[in-house]
Amino acid sequence: MSGKAEKAPEFPIAARSALEDVELRRNVRRATDVIRSKRDLRVRELPDWEELRQAGKEIKAHTLAHLDHYLVEFERNCELAGGKVHWARNAEEANAIAISLVGQHAGIQSGVEVIKVKTMTSDEIQMNRALEAAGITPIETDLADMIVQLGNDAPSHIVVPALHKNRSQIRDIFRVKMNLPDLEDSPEVLTAAARKYLRERFLSVKIAISGANFAIAETGSVCIVESEGNGRMCITLPEVLICLVGIEKIIPTFRDLEVFLQTLPRSATGERMNPYNSLWTGITSGDGPRKFHVILLDNGRRGLIRNKRERETLSCIRCGACLNVCPVYRETGGHAYGSIYSGPIGAILSPQLQSLEHSQSLPFASTLCGACYEVCPVKIDIPEILIHLRGRIIRNSYKRLGATLSAENLVMQAASAVFRNHRRYEAAQRLARISQTLFKRNQHLVKLPGMAGAWTDSRDLRPIPRLSFRDWWKIRGKHK
Amino acid sequence: MRVALFIACYNDTLFPQTGIAVTHVLERLGHSVEFARQQTCCGQMHYNTGYHQEAVPLVRNFVKTFRDAEVVCVPSASCVAMMREHYSLIAEEEKDEIFADEVRTLLPRIFEFSELLVSRLGVEDVGAVFPHSVTYHPSCHSLRMLHIVDAPIKLLRSVRKLALLELPQKEQCCGFGGTFAVKNSDVSAAILASKDACVIESGAEVVTALDNSCLMQIYGGLHRSGANIRTMHLAEILASTGDGDEW
Repeated sequence: MSGKAEKAPEFPIAARSALEDVELRRNVRRATDVIRSKRDLRVRELPDWEELRQAGKEIKAHTLAHLDHYLVEFERNCELAGGKVHWARNAEEANAIAISLVGQHAGIQSGVEVIKVKTMTSDEIQMNRALEAAGITPIETDLADMIVQLGNDAPSHIVVPALHKNRSQIRDIFRVKMNLPDLEDSPEVLTAAARKYLRERFLSVKIAISGANFAIAETGSVCIVESEGNGRMCITLPEVLICLVGIEKIIPTFRDLEVFLQTLPRSATGERMNPYNSLWTGITSGDGPRKFHVILLDNGRRGLIRNKRERETLSCIRCGACLNVCPVYRETGGHAYGSIYSGPIGAILSPQLQSLEHSQSLPFASTLCGACYEVCPVKIDIPEILIHLRGRIIRNSYKRLGATLSAENLVMQAASAVFRNHRRYEAAQRLARISQTLFKRNQHLVKLPGMAGAWTDSRDLRPIPRLSFRDWWKIRGKHK
Repeated sequence: MRVALFIACYNDTLFPQTGIAVTHVLERLGHSVEFARQQTCCGQMHYNTGYHQEAVPLVRNFVKTFRDAEVVCVPSASCVAMMREHYSLIAEEEKDEIFADEVRTLLPRIFEFSELLVSRLGVEDVGAVFPHSVTYHPSCHSLRMLHIVDAPIKLLRSVRKLALLELPQKEQCCGFGGTFAVKNSDVSAAILASKDACVIESGAEVVTALDNSCLMQIYGGLHRSGANIRTMHLAEILASTGDGDEW
């Protein structure tokens, strides 16, 4: 992964500025509350929800264990149906392929436009920046992505990229960018403005770039689900369609869709079914695009396949349910994660795809409350993967730092040595009890030094009592 | 029954009254309680923060201390979650067959306090009297890892003179998260603010839970904001017999 994330600050620092943005927090809270109560309603009505989760998990686990087999099967069937498959190892290769395909079909001319629809993967590889550098203008057509693009903003949610914006903020963007100074902020008026703006582009632009929710090996088909119909326009109206697909999006058979088309919409938007489910295979004479290309993107994914725990991360179907229930995400929103993938899934996916410094703080950006695992439609045990990654990061910190360990490293090592032996532990209890008298005020500890100071910045603490439980037990034994 | 107590390091040091209450409740029910001084910490803090190697000797110390116990009672749901979720994995990675065997046979004998009372001992009414309004915070580890839902509610409903009040959005995390509370202290405090607002909204005089760690977080915010609400581990309520709040 590359791009804007390179300079992102560590999570605790990025979170601090998010926490100061009262409006953002209110928007995030309101939106996640709505989606999660709809999700709960739609999940509760399915008696076989747990079986569906298990089935989804198993399909993904099987596919990832035999990924090469299914990728090659997909390539064969897609090309038999008239598509062309390209393989990209990383962001640079994928962007170069896309630029060269646009050039082939549009000719080398200035002012080439492409329409795009919901492809987070293209954000992962900073495709818009690469296209622009090559003189190609990308136009986002998913409503939320369009709002983000027009506002020179970044997506903050996997499913609802403009979740951090409210109606009046969106109206302000449209007023400026669409040159509509009198625009009102009712949903009908805003939608009509967006529709008019987008229709003109759908009807004139010849090349589209889309993402994919699923790529089916058995048939070589690609599937996209969405709510607006803008995706349907993007994949049917242009002459050329380029589809960017992460290699983990493969599923073996057409029938496997029956599981995911039940779990994905319910988890993502709280709908029984997505309003638009598009599914196509290669090209069809007289209907839809004349040329169809698929770019299969690795970009770090293969690195996760070797380790069974890490591999589970790739099962994600990008429903965003874990974001909506995450106590951390609900306070900070998505930008603090410094990556297109935010929330609990971002906290495990980003540090595995990126080797960037700031993303190493992401696995620690969780209380391990387990709400993410509880709602995950493919049962990714996110808390366990977070703990696994924390272990990897601490081990690496030892290697990297060599002789100079961080304060935290030293404290944790000392604590381990203390807990190893009960006499040492009892001595530490006594020492702590004596030292705390320096910090006592009104029977509470209100300003502690060092790392403990982060506790007392916002919380009081009762001091350590005169007798520990073991002291009580000992005294009691003498009097018995 | 002979019940071995694993009190948990932070209870031992910061919340001794919880262990005392557990002892009183179990003895009142006619069980004999044992406390092995060799016990220290279950290793959760180290393990969950990524210090996996540093956790191993603590896990070994726990297993060595309790391997011969009839049942182990732990008044800390998150410690039990640590044991059930990670001890087998740790033993497996240690590649020590004897250790792995000890873990395997010990785990089914470990119970969280309310679990021990309701599921293992079949008791709901422990003869407690507590003339106060109480709200129950289902801690994340008790709820989502140990799946303890009814046991504490049954126990609280059986306490005489106790008014049990609903906690709004009760399943939301309190924001503690172990070392998260200091590594991401600003976010932790933001999550806590929402939780404490719900605690105040419940109108209860006392908030209780199966984890003193969450209660320490909840109390820390309440006290800082000047709210006059007490936090008590479930065991302390169950130990109360109504002559004042003392037992």
